[in-house]
Amino acid sequence: MEVPILKQGPYLIASIQSALSDADLVQLRDALVEQVGRLRSRGVIVDVTALDVMDSFATRTLRDITFMIRLRGAETVIVGIQPDVAFTMVQLGLKLEGVPTALDLEEGITFLSKKDGSPAKETNSRER
Amino acid sequence: MVNEMRESREARTTFGAAHQMTAPTAELLRQLVAHLRQNRTQLREEWARRITEAKLLTAMTKEEIFAEATSVYDNYVEALETGTFEALQAYARNLSERIIPRGVETHEVVGIVLLLRDVLARSLFAKYQNDFALLNRILDAYEPAANRIANTVAVGFVQERERVIREQQEAIRVLSTPVLQVRERLLILPIIGVIDPQRARQLTEQLLRGIRTNRARVVVIDITGVPVMDANVANNLVQTVEATRLLGATVIITGLSPEIAQTLVTIGVDLGKMNTVGDLQGGIEEAERLLGYKVVTFTESADHALRA
Repeated sequence: MEVPILKQGPYLIASIQSALSDADLVQLRDALVEQVGRLRSRGVIVDVTALDVMDSFATRTLRDITFMIRLRGAETVIVGIQPDVAFTMVQLGLKLEGVPTALDLEEGITFLSKKDGSPAKETNSRER
Repeated sequence: MVNEMRESREARTTFGAAHQMTAPTAELLRQLVAHLRQNRTQLREEWARRITEAKLLTAMTKEEIFAEATSVYDNYVEALETGTFEALQAYARNLSERIIPRGVETHEVVGIVLLLRDVLARSLFAKYQNDFALLNRILDAYEPAANRIANTVAVGFVQERERVIREQQEAIRVLSTPVLQVRERLLILPIIGVIDPQRARQLTEQLLRGIRTNRARVVVIDITGVPVMDANVANNLVQTVEATRLLGATVIITGLSPEIAQTLVTIGVDLGKMNTVGDLQGGIEEAERLLGYKVVTFTESADHALRA
């Protein structure tokens, strides 16, 4: 299943809706890395609220996405990791080191707007 | 099929027992039971007297002891007569349920059953003192059954006690890990008592759920009340901190005692990535700073207002 990527102001939002195969993840990675340059986005949010399993490949891909996007000059934040998923990940040693995380979409936007110095509210009003 | 097998095995054991004790032994046991029934009042009183004398069951009154003694006695004789222990088992469990909350100890329960065994044996000695051979055979019939009864009661008591202990442990566990919100976006988790792996797991789960429901961004974990910490506990703590970060929250650990600090450095646990502050107050202040709060007194704010 392909992951929809939405443009919201200066940010891209990839909202994962269901369990993803490895190929889907790679496809998401490529699409994000490509679009972040084309749309001149300053930040990327990957929403994993709907995921109830996070394996080593998914974790590594999220890390790769973050580092690749950083090289393309934007910041990434992973949002919505479920408590159970977080606990399992830690037990498996999947720590997502160097990858910013936030509670949910809203927190993610706040995080990014702090990073690039534009207050979140301004982004919203600019959209309207 | 399985039921059938079990039944047939049971049938075999009863049959085996009956077979083993042959006709004369069964007859002896009947004689024994008749003797115990006949002298019920006197033996019961003797037993109750011995219990008081030995200072057992001190948590109960004399009347209560006598009442319990009576039912134990009757159950005991019945078990001797029928050779089945289900009724006695059920009674032992019921008795334990009633007396455990009153602080009756294991040695007391075992003690009273052994006393009864002794009282009855003595009465048998007295009755058959002129015929040593018969006394021997009577004791052969009595001893195994009496031992099994003592076993049944003691095991029943200990099992019941363990069940109560398990329940209480569970209750303590649930009570001992509150996740409290002290400010918008700020949770504190005061940990008191020893952390074992199971509790660490439960603690982490509760904390992560708390973060999600309260939308917390900073968590202060206060471990002033944790007496000891070893490598396992420390690693559990590190895991908690990492899991918390995955949810987008920051952890501040407070209240590390000098002893714990020394232990951690000695065993080489890497707490470098952890944010530690001396005490709970300092931790909350640091958390407020992270959240962008600034606490000022009324006079201070009034001064500011005047100046502005």
